[in-house]
Amino acid sequence: MASMGRMIAQRLLLGLLTLFVVSILIFLAVNALPGDFAQAILGQSATPEAVEAIRRGLGLDQPLVTRYFQWLWRLLHGDLGVSFAQANFAAYVGSASSAEAITVADQIAPRFRNTLFLAGVTAAIAVPLSVSLGILAALYRGSIFDRGVNIAALTAISSPEFFLAYILILFLGVLNPVLPSLSNIYEGMSFGERLLKTLLPALTLTLVVTAHMMRMTRAAIINLLASPYIEMARLKGMSPLRVIVRHALPNALAPIINVIAINLAYLVTGVVVVEVVFVYPGIGQLFVDSVKIRDIPVVQACCLVFAAAYILMNLLADILSILSNPRLRHPK
Amino acid sequence: MSQISRRGLLRTGVAAAVLSATGLPLHAEPKRGGRLVVGLSGANTSDSFDARTHSDIFMITVGQGTVFDCLTEVAADGSLVGELAESWEASPDAKVWTFNLRKGVTFHNGKPFGADDVIESLRMHVEEGAKSAAKPIVAPITEMKKLGDHQIRFTLEAGNADFPYLLSDYHLLIYPAGQIEEAIAKGIGTGLYRTVSFDPGVRFVGKRVDSHYKDGKAGWFDEVEYIAINDTNARMNALMTGQVDAVNRIDFKTEALMKANPQIEILEVTGNRHFTFPMLTKVPPFDNVDVRKALKYAINREEMVKKILQGHGRVAYDSPIGPANQYFYADMPPIPYDPDKAKFHLKKAGYDKLDIDLHASSAAFDGAVDAAQLYQASARPAGININVVQEPADGYWSNVWLKKPFCAAYWGGRPTEDWMFSTAYKAGAPWNDSQWDDPEFQELLKKGRSELDSEKRRAIYYRMQEILRDRGGVIIPMYANFVQAVNTKIGHENPIGNVSEMDNARLAERWWMK
Repeated sequence: MASMGRMIAQRLLLGLLTLFVVSILIFLAVNALPGDFAQAILGQSATPEAVEAIRRGLGLDQPLVTRYFQWLWRLLHGDLGVSFAQANFAAYVGSASSAEAITVADQIAPRFRNTLFLAGVTAAIAVPLSVSLGILAALYRGSIFDRGVNIAALTAISSPEFFLAYILILFLGVLNPVLPSLSNIYEGMSFGERLLKTLLPALTLTLVVTAHMMRMTRAAIINLLASPYIEMARLKGMSPLRVIVRHALPNALAPIINVIAINLAYLVTGVVVVEVVFVYPGIGQLFVDSVKIRDIPVVQACCLVFAAAYILMNLLADILSILSNPRLRHPK
Repeated sequence: MSQISRRGLLRTGVAAAVLSATGLPLHAEPKRGGRLVVGLSGANTSDSFDARTHSDIFMITVGQGTVFDCLTEVAADGSLVGELAESWEASPDAKVWTFNLRKGVTFHNGKPFGADDVIESLRMHVEEGAKSAAKPIVAPITEMKKLGDHQIRFTLEAGNADFPYLLSDYHLLIYPAGQIEEAIAKGIGTGLYRTVSFDPGVRFVGKRVDSHYKDGKAGWFDEVEYIAINDTNARMNALMTGQVDAVNRIDFKTEALMKANPQIEILEVTGNRHFTFPMLTKVPPFDNVDVRKALKYAINREEMVKKILQGHGRVAYDSPIGPANQYFYADMPPIPYDPDKAKFHLKKAGYDKLDIDLHASSAAFDGAVDAAQLYQASARPAGININVVQEPADGYWSNVWLKKPFCAAYWGGRPTEDWMFSTAYKAGAPWNDSQWDDPEFQELLKKGRSELDSEKRRAIYYRMQEILRDRGGVIIPMYANFVQAVNTKIGHENPIGNVSEMDNARLAERWWMK
């Protein structure tokens, strides 16, 4: 197991390096967009003097490299900074209250909690559903059930998310009003209420991610069904379900876990459209708002969160697949 | 008459007779109670209770319409009434204004309201480094003198007959003196509803105060909730499924569906918001008045209203003064679409045919690029070849507007004529997007400002609108309506205010639960 610890440490270090590269890329990309925060926030009223005043106030008149390293230096001290919008607002109000200005971390934390909640609810529905559908499809492969599930799942994944969202709203919100189409959750809501409001977006996301996981489960199992040891199990007279669940599935876990991890990471980072359609106050909406007004500190922080989610989920997937495979667990 | 709208029906006397015979009340009396839930666009995570930063409907509704008050208020019928001010009078040259403030008013934290609050709140806008949009209103006040606890004298650097009107601007909210920072942080005003919770860019909840000076006249709900729904489809859905009672900015594409729903009423008013094509009148060929005239005759305004606004608007004839203004010249002789006349003026300017670029982007207004293409098609028979240049929405206002000689833009309009002209048509003003400095116009602008006699002012402002129609540098084909929708359980006066969306953003004050 010592090699396992070394691997985790190595991967975490590599992850940090990745985050560093991501932060540079995002910084350059946001700066390459036309217009900057000052112009975006002033809109039609962007007179040269007003733009200049805001730029000076936020330090946007400094060279790119200086600004990046200032940001990095603060980050290394655990400070994600203050968003441009907040800093600009503090400049309006006067210096006295800038000390208590809302930091990027304050802004992101509640939104990120909401996004994790949505991802959690979705995962709780989607993972068991797709794995069991995958197993059943493998069991009855070639049957009408197998084809039906495949067609349904592939149709769902091929449709744009907002389209699925509107279809669900139409059937579950408008024609049969059983679920609310407005998922504006807020602090102080009871868990049950929160869950009810989150259900429609969670169902939409379930439709989006199920196909991938289901197909991978099915393929991984079918792949193994031709192996001699499965044939052996069958010859012993085991029931097909038992063959698949007890003998094939454990060996198919590694690829399935990998796909599940990627889809869970997607639930954290790729839900922008669904959040907008359902008015769900998650991190994706904050991210889009911030890109629109070129609020670099918030964009950077969101991207770091997204990248970290991918890196950690991938690492977790690798660890789990090693643990699930005795050959990898005890290398010679 | 092929179709009878519900509105048209209610207006006719026949309907009145039928309805009164059946015993249905024609005009339900407002009553207290109920909880109003509204879905509004225009919210942002950077929103705050600092009125200097307010610019979109969500915060205007929360600020001016719910938690705070101004000194004066534009009533639904367009007249000016006192809010925190009870009465006012001007010196004959409109330079010195004395305001009597309302007595017995308290802020939500218990602090009594008085003259100091007004002085300190107005000063916020001219503080060193403050970037308030209301600075042009407050800066010309040379002295604010407290004559008593409830009386103030304002001295202006030059006469301004519109001064009380300007004080109804949604930026000029009154905060408690000495506690302004706290009031901005927590939302403490003198309005009908106190702040219960405010999550910027997400949600606002307000609770009716127990007693208020507007009791019996406004503020009928027990509680109001505003939900930020920037996505148009989500907003329409929320109303259709009854999760909210009212929404702003309805989607014209799904309007037919809303009309088919008996639970939903569409409220529509024409205000001052107008869509424009400004040209820089110092840049050739637009410096030639005949080229401008040719362009005025070459646009089909009726078609624009029909196709770009889907009928939700009114034809304009190059005047930025709209139906929500006091001196709107409604019967001004129009400019017809006439390619032959356009050709004539083009020839007079010395051109057989004209090639020009028109820069447009959806940032200017929804459908601006389509509007530019319609213009292109209508101008072709006149020998004017308009090349539509599609610009990115990002950075449109900084890179295109005021820079390109001919582009698309929009204005929300201003409640007073002088304010509108001073902002966008005064020589040297930073937002003068047509470089307009016609001597007669500039002379009239100065004259109109300090004129207190209403009939003389009318003559002046009518003439200024004519000048813009005849030689102005901005093509203004249409006024765009404010279109909102409410559940039929909500009661409201008819017509609703047309200064801004949602009954001048005062829905929490003026509407009630039937």
